Amino acid sequence: MTETFYEVMRRQGITRRSFLKFCSLTAAALGLGPSFAPKIAEAMETKPRIPVLWLHGLECTCCSESFIRSAHPLAKDVILSMISLDYDDTIMAAAGHQAEAIIEETVQKYDGNFLLAVEGNPPLNEDGMYCIIGGKPFVEQLRYAADHCKAIISWGSCASWGCVQAARPNPTRATPVHKVPGIADKPIIKVPGCPPIAEVMTAVITYILTFERFPELDRQGRPKMFYSQRIHDKCYRRPHFDAGQFVESFDDEGARKGYCLYKVGCKGPTTYNACSTVRWNGGLSFPIQSGHPCFGCSEDGFWDKGSFYDRLTDVHGFGIEANADKIGGTAAAAVGVAVAAHAGASAVKRARQKGGDN
Amino acid sequence: MNAETSIEPSVAAAAAHAPHKEEAVYVYQAPVRLWHWVNAFSILALCLTGYFIGSPPPSVTGEASNSFLFGWIRAVHFVAAYILIVGFALRVYCAIVGNSHARQIFLPPVWRGRFWKELLHEVLWYAMIAKQPLKYAGHNPLATLVMHVMFVWGILFMIVTGLALYGEGTGMGSWQFDLFSSWVIPLFGQSQDVHTWHHLGMWVLICFAVVHIYAAVREDIMSRQSIISSMFSGWRTFRDGGPGDNGL
Ligand code: HEM
Ligand code: SF4
Ligand code: SF4
Repeated sequence: MTETFYEVMRRQGITRRSFLKFCSLTAAALGLGPSFAPKIAEAMETKPRIPVLWLHGLECTCCSESFIRSAHPLAKDVILSMISLDYDDTIMAAAGHQAEAIIEETVQKYDGNFLLAVEGNPPLNEDGMYCIIGGKPFVEQLRYAADHCKAIISWGSCASWGCVQAARPNPTRATPVHKVPGIADKPIIKVPGCPPIAEVMTAVITYILTFERFPELDRQGRPKMFYSQRIHDKCYRRPHFDAGQFVESFDDEGARKGYCLYKVGCKGPTTYNACSTVRWNGGLSFPIQSGHPCFGCSEDGFWDKGSFYDRLTDVHGFGIEANADKIGGTAAAAVGVAVAAHAGASAVKRARQKGGDN
Repeated sequence: MNAETSIEPSVAAAAAHAPHKEEAVYVYQAPVRLWHWVNAFSILALCLTGYFIGSPPPSVTGEASNSFLFGWIRAVHFVAAYILIVGFALRVYCAIVGNSHARQIFLPPVWRGRFWKELLHEVLWYAMIAKQPLKYAGHNPLATLVMHVMFVWGILFMIVTGLALYGEGTGMGSWQFDLFSSWVIPLFGQSQDVHTWHHLGMWVLICFAVVHIYAAVREDIMSRQSIISSMFSGWRTFRDGGPGDNGL
C-alpha cells in the first residue's frame, strides 16, 4: 500500500500544525478561497502520494535552483518531501547505477501513474549523443519515461520552448519536449521562464498532486493562473508608461525616479509571466523593480529575438540587420526619391509633348 | 458599359450646373467615397500615433498622476483603429451590394489574360515607353492589383495583428483575445513578433500611400480621365470624349 502525502510528510518530521498551514498557504497561492484549505488537507491525507520522476536533459539546473528556493520554507520542505524520494539526479541521495535503477523501479511500480517532470531538453543531432545520461542518450530515457508516465511537466523555457541551447543555429538540435519526435501523446503542462518563479513551480506541482489534474491551461499549454497576463499588465511602473515618463538611458534622472523602462527595451508588454505579481525571492523584488527591463525569458525563442534591449526584433536579410523603423524609413525615403524622379521625368515628357504639339 | 446610371439628385443637379463637354460616368457611389476619406484619415491617425507608440516622445516631467500623454496616444490609436475596422466592414458590405466599381479592388480579375496584358501596358505607360494610357471608367489593372494587395490585404493584416495586440490588453476571455490573440500570437511565434510585423506593416502602408497619392495626382494631370475630383464627386470625366472603352 502506498503512503498518502500526509504520511510521507509526517515521516519527514513535518508537524500537523505545519501541514495545515501549508494547506492554507497553497490554497492562497493557487488563488482559491480559504474553504479550499480543508479540501487540500483532506486530499493529502487520503490520497496516495503520486510519485514524480524529475529528469534532466540539456539544462543549467536553474529550474531546480529556483524550485528549492521557494519563498516559504514550509512549502519547499513539504513539496521536496513529496517528490524528492523518487528520482531527481541533482538532489537525490542515490548515484550511478543505483540512481538509474530508481527510474526502472518507478516505471515498473507505478506504470501509467507517475508524473514526469522534465528540466532541460534533449538534443536530437547525432542520435542524441550530445546529452548522455547513464551511458544512453537522454532522448531515449525521456521517451521511455514518457511512454509510462501519466502526464509531463515541462519545467522552464528549455523544456517548454528550447531556450539557449536551441538558439540559432542550434548545432545540437536541442528540441523542446512537446516537439520530440515519437514522444508519447501525454498531457504536457509548460511552466516557462529562465528559471520559472519558485512559487509558481511549487503551486503548479501542488495543484497537480492534490487535485490529480492539471490546472486550466491556455492554448499553448501554460497554466492560466500564472501565465494569462503580461508583466506589463500588472507592472507597478505602468502609471509612468501611461503618463509618458520613460527612462531614456540607464543612468538618467528618469531611471533614478523609477520611470517606465519601455524606451530602454522593456519586453514586459510582450511577456507572459507572473513576475510583476508574485515577484522573486519571496516577493522581495523582480527585475523591473531593480531598474532593469524585462527581457522576456518566459517567451518562445527569446534568445533569437534580437537584443535584450530592443522591444522589437531586428530584421535580417540581404546581409543587413536593422530595426523596423530603419528599414521602413529607408524604404519610404527610397519610394519618395523614386516618386520625385518619376515626377521629374513625367514633367519633362509632358513638356516635350507640348512642345511637339505646338 | 458596367457603369451605373442611377444618380443621386444632388449630384445630378451639380452636374447639370456645370455641364461637361466630355462624357461622364458615375463611378464611385457615395458610401465608397465616404469610406475612402474616412479610411485615409484613420490611417493617417493610426500611422502618426502608431509611430509614437513605437518611439515615444521625450518624457513628460512632474507627477505621473498629472499626465496621461502616452495613454492618450494609445487611446487615439485605438479609436482610429475601431473607425478603420467598422469602415472596412461596411466597405466589404458595399462591395457586395454596391455597383461593380465598389467591388473592383476586392476582386481583381487575375484569371483573365486581358487583365495581365493591360496591366503590362499600364506598366509600360509608367515606364514612359507606351505613348498613351488606356482609358478606364474604374481603376486601371495595375492600380486594381496594387490596391487589392496593399489596401485590402494590407489593411486586413493591420486589423488582424492590431486586434491581436489589443486582445493582449483586454485579456483572456475578451472577444479580441479569443478571436484574435489566441491564434495570431502563436502563429507569429510570440507577442514581440506580432509587434514587429504590425510595425513593419505601417511602413508598407506608408510606402504605398506615397505611391498612391503620387499616381493619383499624376494620372489626374497626364492621363485621359479625372482621378482626384472623381473621389469627391463620384463622376469620372474623360478629356478626349467617349466613356472608357477599356473599362474592366
Ligand atoms: C493602418 C493601420 C495601422 C497602423 C499603421 C498601425 C501602426 C501601429 C504601430 C506602428 C504600432 C507600434 C508597434 C510597436 O512598435 O510595438 C502599433 C501598435 C498597436 N496597434 Fe496599430 N496600427 C494600425 C492599425 C491598428 C488596428 C486596426 C488595431 C486594432 C485595435 C491596432 C492596435 C494596436 C495595438 C493594440 C498596438 C499596441 C499598443 C501598445 O503596445 O501599447 N492597430 N500600431
Ligand atoms: S517597465 Fe516595462 S512592464 Fe513596466 S510599464 Fe514599463 S514597459 Fe510595461
Ligand atoms: S521580468 Fe521578464 S525577463 Fe525577468 S524573470 Fe520575469 S519574465 Fe523573465
